[in-house]
Amino acid sequence: MNIYEQQEKNKRLTFFIFFAFFAFFLFIGMGFDYFYSFGANQRGPKYVWNSAGYYEAKGTSNTFFPIGTLLASAFAVGMSINSAFNGHKFVLRSTMARRAVGLNDKEKQFLNVIKEMSIAAGLPEPQGYIVPDSDLNAFATGFSPENSYIAVTEGLLEKLNREELQAVVAHEMSHIRNYDIRVMTLAAALVNAISLISDWSVRSARYSSGRGYSSSRSGRGGAGGILIIIWFIFVIFAPLISRMLALAISRQREYLADASAAELTRNPLALIKALEKIRMSVDPTYAVNNGIAHMCITDPRGSLIEEREGLMGDLFATHPPMEKRILALKLMAYQMSSPSNSIGGAS
Amino acid sequence: MTILAIIAGAIALWLVFTYNSLIKLKNQTLNALKQIDVQLKRRHDLIPNLVNAVKGEMKFEQDTLEKVINARAKAINAAQSGNMKEAFENENIITQGLSKIMALSENYPNLKSNEQVKQLMEELSHTENTLAFARQFYNDIATKFNIAQQTFPNNLIASALGFTSSELFELPADSKERENPKVDLTI
Repeated sequence: MNIYEQQEKNKRLTFFIFFAFFAFFLFIGMGFDYFYSFGANQRGPKYVWNSAGYYEAKGTSNTFFPIGTLLASAFAVGMSINSAFNGHKFVLRSTMARRAVGLNDKEKQFLNVIKEMSIAAGLPEPQGYIVPDSDLNAFATGFSPENSYIAVTEGLLEKLNREELQAVVAHEMSHIRNYDIRVMTLAAALVNAISLISDWSVRSARYSSGRGYSSSRSGRGGAGGILIIIWFIFVIFAPLISRMLALAISRQREYLADASAAELTRNPLALIKALEKIRMSVDPTYAVNNGIAHMCITDPRGSLIEEREGLMGDLFATHPPMEKRILALKLMAYQMSSPSNSIGGAS
Repeated sequence: MTILAIIAGAIALWLVFTYNSLIKLKNQTLNALKQIDVQLKRRHDLIPNLVNAVKGEMKFEQDTLEKVINARAKAINAAQSGNMKEAFENENIITQGLSKIMALSENYPNLKSNEQVKQLMEELSHTENTLAFARQFYNDIATKFNIAQQTFPNNLIASALGFTSSELFELPADSKERENPKVDLTI
């Protein structure tokens, strides 16, 4: 598998994951509607004091209005638009990043490297930001290549040499070029929206289930009741599941960005060295909080969950195991060094 | 009659679409070429400063310095008179000379600790990298342009519309970059 095949494969996978994300979101909204109308239909008649001086039974209206679906979609759209315009500001502010202006040699080098990589990718130059943290980490944010930002930590600038810094910037530039920055900001917004909506619908469902429950006991529960229970469990676990989906998107994109970085610099070895240095610094990146963990080049929590393969790592890690990433890059370096023969050369 | 009109309309639409996409690629290619020119200019401006800064220390590499200076003068002249082939050849000599100077300067502790030389070296590697990346990007986009012209059915009309394929940058036959890099696969 070469660089381009890997890109293709990752793009396909990412599309499926993202589709699942949206289907999931709609399911929550529609389930809420079903649940709500079911509960509403069970209500008994209202008794209203009329002008003739006695109580009169009035049926509650049964017109169906898909308020949950509409609200869920509107909320998703609103969150997405907001994150598109303001996402990068929140991200940069939350890490206390400052604009790189070339105060010292290293900062100048950083800005130079950004310029080089923007020319290599044929994109406008992103703005460079520096995060005041001694751990090694980097991320990119923004809405489009025209409006993009690359941030690195002070520790990264200090510990990496020029080639390695170039590889890291190329990795972030690939996130920009592939529009990962947009997808990741939208994904973050969707995760937030789902957790809010799930919270809200669980509360209101609990409120209306008080009436629905009493009438379902009177014979009309059945299949509807079971569906509601399934939906209810689903909604309670929605924030967790959606977060896992977001992490899955980000994991796929890390491989793709590594591949594109190698393609931009034609130098997978420098990225291997940089990743190894980053891996060796096990401290957490304190300046980066959990909300934007999936944007960074490596997991800022500094936990060793990245190194764990298998189910736990597959579900909860924001990034693929460093081991696997480095191995993939080594394969690429090997293929680049012997393009004509895929087996020979290693005698 | 209607069928003929529909076919004619479809062909006209296809022509317009193809022409526009080719024009877009052509301009991107030209822009990438301009980017290379910008970097070459930067490099030419940088060389005299660099040579002045290091010639005191690097007495034993006067040959290399001379070579770079001569090649620079020739390249500028050739580019002004429009002889692109000669200009390219001289630029390649400069590339090799500069990378040699950068590697050799590591052997001179006085140069390494000199603040001005340090800045110049960073400036130089920036320019050299940018130049290499600009060429790489030009090659990528020019290849795209060429493929767009040469694939069916665009190849039927590309030359009639006045498009010619762009040339790619190639490394000179004896350059170091042609050698296979050594890869260490030990984990």
